[in-house]
Amino acid sequence: MTNPPATADALDRYEAVIGIEVHCQLRTASKMFCGCSTAYDGAAPNTHACPVCLGLPGALPVINRRAVELVLATGAAIGARTPDATRWDRKNYFYPDLPKGYQISQYDLPLAAGGSLTIDTSDGPFSIRITRAHLEEDTAKLVHAPGTGGERLSLVDFNRSGVPLMEIVTEPDVRTAEQARRYAEELQLLLRTIGVSDADMERGQLRVEANVSLRPRGTEAFGTRVEVKNMNSFRSVERAITFEIERQAGILEAGGELVQETRGWSDDRGETYRMRVKETSDDYRYFPEPDLPPLRVDPAWLDGIRAALPELPAARRARYREQLGLTPYDAGVLVADADATRLFEATLAAGADGGLDPKTVANWVTGEYLRIRNAAPSSTAPGADPIELAALIRLVVDGAISRANGKEVFEAHLATGERVEAIVGARGLRQISDADALAGIVDAVILANPAAAADVRAGKTQAIGFLVGAVMKQTRGQANAAVVQVALRARLGPGPTAPRAGEDG
Amino acid sequence: MTSDLTRLLAREMAALVRAGETSSRALTEAHLAVAERQNLALNAWLMIDREGALSQADAADAILGEARRAGGAALEALHPLLGIPVGLKDLISVEGGQCTAGSRILAGYRAPYDAHIVERLRRVGAVLLGKTNMDEFAMGSSNEYSAYGPVSNPWDLDTVPGGSSGGSAAAVAAHHVPLALGTDTGGSIRQPAALCGIVGMKPTYGRVSRYGIVAFASSLDQIGPFARDARAAAALLHAIAGRDARDSTSAPVPVPDELLHLPESDDEAVAWLRGRRFGLPREYFVAGMDPDVERRIHESVAFLVDAGAHVEDVSLPHTDYGLAAYYIVAPAEASANLARYDGVRYGHSRRLEGGDFIADYLATRGEGFGAEVKRRIMLGTYALSAGYYDAFYLKAQKVRTLIKRDFDEIFASGIDALVAPTSPSVAFRFGEKTADPVAMYLADACTLPVNMAGLPGVSIPCGLSEGLPVGLQLIGSAWSELLLFRAARAFEGLTAGAAWRGLEPAALTKADHASGLTPAERAAALAAAR
Repeated sequence: MTNPPATADALDRYEAVIGIEVHCQLRTASKMFCGCSTAYDGAAPNTHACPVCLGLPGALPVINRRAVELVLATGAAIGARTPDATRWDRKNYFYPDLPKGYQISQYDLPLAAGGSLTIDTSDGPFSIRITRAHLEEDTAKLVHAPGTGGERLSLVDFNRSGVPLMEIVTEPDVRTAEQARRYAEELQLLLRTIGVSDADMERGQLRVEANVSLRPRGTEAFGTRVEVKNMNSFRSVERAITFEIERQAGILEAGGELVQETRGWSDDRGETYRMRVKETSDDYRYFPEPDLPPLRVDPAWLDGIRAALPELPAARRARYREQLGLTPYDAGVLVADADATRLFEATLAAGADGGLDPKTVANWVTGEYLRIRNAAPSSTAPGADPIELAALIRLVVDGAISRANGKEVFEAHLATGERVEAIVGARGLRQISDADALAGIVDAVILANPAAAADVRAGKTQAIGFLVGAVMKQTRGQANAAVVQVALRARLGPGPTAPRAGEDG
Repeated sequence: MTSDLTRLLAREMAALVRAGETSSRALTEAHLAVAERQNLALNAWLMIDREGALSQADAADAILGEARRAGGAALEALHPLLGIPVGLKDLISVEGGQCTAGSRILAGYRAPYDAHIVERLRRVGAVLLGKTNMDEFAMGSSNEYSAYGPVSNPWDLDTVPGGSSGGSAAAVAAHHVPLALGTDTGGSIRQPAALCGIVGMKPTYGRVSRYGIVAFASSLDQIGPFARDARAAAALLHAIAGRDARDSTSAPVPVPDELLHLPESDDEAVAWLRGRRFGLPREYFVAGMDPDVERRIHESVAFLVDAGAHVEDVSLPHTDYGLAAYYIVAPAEASANLARYDGVRYGHSRRLEGGDFIADYLATRGEGFGAEVKRRIMLGTYALSAGYYDAFYLKAQKVRTLIKRDFDEIFASGIDALVAPTSPSVAFRFGEKTADPVAMYLADACTLPVNMAGLPGVSIPCGLSEGLPVGLQLIGSAWSELLLFRAARAFEGLTAGAAWRGLEPAALTKADHASGLTPAERAAALAAAR
């Protein structure tokens, strides 16, 4: 089914109103209401199950305190309110992946309410209000497979059943697909930073759903809402919402009417498709879970959780910008990557007594480290020793080796784990910055290249590069190019330039 | 001493096996024989585990033998339930065994784990004789709603034993076991105890772990003991009570060891009554109450007064709303608790050709549940539906708070316990109330407010009315089980010489005849005659 494509004009006339629901599996050792291990990845089906998560007669839930703490930590991180007491509710519906016929969730007293998350977009920072974050249990997994006779079979794997799940719901504040993607990325970063979830989208640990509607710009009333599911990567979040906005705008522009429905995103076809139409609103018949007493959130408990929070991504970015003088871009790249953050911080600390410039360290981490790491197959992701990186940067800054050779050394370090000093020594890369040591070679090069020397004397300064290159060749790249240049100018003159110790060109 | 071991009280049995005068195996064999012989006529048992029971008896005998060799202190340390047969209502999970909850939908299901109380019984060395009949999912007051047929009352085989724990009550009354466990959500232990002439207690909510018990209404269900005397019931409660981390609603309240040491002598037991204050709640003498039952209650009160207790009229003004509120809260919780029976993982399952899973659910549940269970699921689903929640469920919970407050105020005023009828009538005939659900619901009018308030209540026999037992209910404040058992024990002392005390259930001889009718056949005959 295809719709008329929306014109740019239509996209201008309508404003998208988007709310985002994220389900994320919490990083706990055991499930939400029983002692089963959550480490079921790769395990045979139904090997991580017990009477409780199978919904057997007589089984009762027991709250996983760690899971509660993780939601409380999330609430603290997004500046949400925490109720003095909370409780669990039963959300009733029938489905084969829901063993009890109800999901234990939270209805009107979520563990966190009224927070926000600020994201950086191409249009600058943007704040999204978070309505609530609450705790619930994951469902089992349905596997559809043909049976021995070719009949359609649905199999249930209960390994996932009862894994603690946090649902985070935003206000309909999001206006663009980019904002939606950025929100999901930032939330993932936050959850990973505070250790709440591994939040891997491809492994289903972070599931993003978007409620998308359109309204004429300048109006308040919400349009017909479409729920978009099955977005399995950040890229597909952005693509799916872009597609959905255009689809809806096309229909509205053509005078059509939207249907309230749930649509899935097909990454292959690059479009959303109808999953089901909502004719009536679901009635989940919520009521307080009688098997679990209300939970009082002790202020001291909450204070402890709050105090244990690490530096949050937004604060870290601000510190990098404001205290370390990094560009917003570098700060963003560093903070977005846990390995990069760790390496940056540790290298800075390792070089602290030598006063390494944070910007220089940032350049090495964002430029060299991330480039090399991202190119490596994930199974052989190299680890950098921050002490070695600090030593290497120090060598380059001091002019002891060239920047180009420095990159070579870093690659060798990452590949072999060898110490920087050893690599430099073994490869003879130590830079010659002593003008006296270079004088003989400089003189010889001038003599051997009279034409180029004449050009320089005549003011054609570009020709000096040729002579520098010749010196570098003679020294197998060990000469400090800046020192060579000064020496050449002194001999071929108009006026000397102060030699600068530092990185070469 | 009578030669029939099944006629002894539990503590007499315990004394004999300790002394080595008989064995747990002999005791178990004797009970198995009666249970097997009479089950055709009574249908109290859904499963008798002869093999398992005898092997547990042998294990108990080994422990007993060792303790006897070790002598005095070792014998003293043995639990009074060691080697004593116990019956379990068939909604209590026993590893590897059936657990039908009286329902077709759980036919074929085998529990892969022991309920907490089963672990506790195994620990003290009790002998688990089998699983007793019950109203489907504990919904009923006559045991007529069992998918496996009704149970006859040992006092009159044409009458019901009460419900929902009818099988447990009948089995204890008929001497198939000295002890049994049941569950009580609105009266399901006390009412059948009353109708069968035995002792039955519903403990305080949270006293006994519900882990492994098929749920009916989670905020009301409690497990409790049946016995033929107060001391045996108290000992059984002692064995199963206490905090269990797997039931978050089980309370970390200490279980008094005095439950094992209720007074031996009647005089000492009766002396305890002096100066006690009892309340007689006027709302429990409901309209339509059997006048003869009411007479028995007032006679009992007179006994208490004669023994030096103070009995005063009190009022629990919100009692009348209890029934209506209960029939919203309990079905609402049940509608969710019973949602898991969908045929996907266990029990009855119907797969339709080409149908979707909803069609399979409808067929599975349509076939698997009986009419009363369906009625309550529908009531509960309706009460929780959007737009009705506030008017029904929320309102009912508020009423519940008021009912609880009534009790709190009474007990705060210094009343030790309330005295009331357990049931407004004695055992009724098969079919008498099945046509009118509300008439059946009224059978629990005097018991369900106690569940709504989460309080303990015990029913004890207090005489007969036209040959059928009448139950006296004692209701206490939270965690006052020991006090209730002291009062019950005192009442036993007061009535030790009463003529009705010595009577056995009148129909036991009839139940012995293998050629007799089954309860289902009796019920059918009564229906045909009507």
